[in-house]
Amino acid sequence: MEVQEKIIELLAEATDTEASEINADTAFADLGIDSLDLTEMAMQLEEEFGIELEMKPEINTVGKLTEVVEALRG
Amino acid sequence: MSFRIIGTGMYVPSKVVTNDDLAQIVDTNDEWISKRVGVKERRFSENEFASEMGLKAAQNALSDAGVKPEEIDAIFAATVSGETSSPSMACMIQNGLGVSCMAMDVSAACSAFLFLLETAAAFFALHKEFKKILVVGTERMSGILDFADRSTCVIFGDGAGAAVLERGENYLDSVITVKGGDTVIKIPHGNGNSPYFSREQDTPYIHMQGQETFKYAVTAISQDISDLLERNHLTIDDIAWIVPHQANKRIIDFAAKRLGIEKEKFFCNIEKYGNTSSASVPIALDELAKSGKLKRGDKIILCAFGGGLANAACLIEW
Repeated sequence: MEVQEKIIELLAEATDTEASEINADTAFADLGIDSLDLTEMAMQLEEEFGIELEMKPEINTVGKLTEVVEALRG
Repeated sequence: MSFRIIGTGMYVPSKVVTNDDLAQIVDTNDEWISKRVGVKERRFSENEFASEMGLKAAQNALSDAGVKPEEIDAIFAATVSGETSSPSMACMIQNGLGVSCMAMDVSAACSAFLFLLETAAAFFALHKEFKKILVVGTERMSGILDFADRSTCVIFGDGAGAAVLERGENYLDSVITVKGGDTVIKIPHGNGNSPYFSREQDTPYIHMQGQETFKYAVTAISQDISDLLERNHLTIDDIAWIVPHQANKRIIDFAAKRLGIEKEKFFCNIEKYGNTSSASVPIALDELAKSGKLKRGDKIILCAFGGGLANAACLIEW
């Protein structure tokens, strides 16, 4: 599964939002999720893609997280 | 291994503090705390120290077991919020019970009750004459909370839990993992007033990195439960209840999701008491036992995680 597609799927599930309403520009803050939601998502991404991911404040949109995860996958 | 649990007891102070009450002190609200932590209310002591709460929980456990204090061969206790470093919490409780026996504390923060059980198992093995051991976790967490820090003060509560153990064969297996470090969770002591010491120290309250704690806790629970099941050739269907440390409902829910276990398998009472650290597992165990939902012969898993970092789980036949 593509990284961005997976991130959107996880966010849609966590926030009860339609996946079609989330895109690369969507900011996590706009979805009303908190730091533990992001940690949950990071752990699921680690498992899915076999990476170690540290969530930092500057990773604040779907697009930025996608870039970070893709870079970690190499 | 070497014991069975023949009685449980708990004690919480009478003062109920709701989320709305806390919202008067710090910038928070009931909806956020209920949804994000899972706590609706907690008890805060107004005039009882941890040892006094621990004594009451111990007396309740002894009464439940039908055991007299003088029948106890050893008392093991745990706390991170006791009123004294010395005497130990176990000695304070022993004094309250008016008995003379081996008594000592074990320090492992929120996981301590599991470490008390492991210690008891070792002592039963070492001292063939020991027949009964009392274990107690007791906390006045309100004494080490920073009530200006909304990220921690809404999580914790005060209370005590205890169990009476009798030599037996129902402590079936345990896993313990310790990874030393103070960057994720720590509770510093004050520096004292030495005129010679000049190092700065953090404030003497609970300091916790929320995201790292969450990640550590979920990983610890998941791994420990998986290991116990695998080692004992069991599936989750063989387990009647999992009694986890009541740290945060979201930790328990996410661990359940990762393990593919229904949430209802985890006994939770965090909504009533918050996180009572070393007292949380024995308080939950006592409530579960008294609820009638636990039958003799049921296999249960207790699991906990916390400062140290230390985490543990054990498999018990009730």
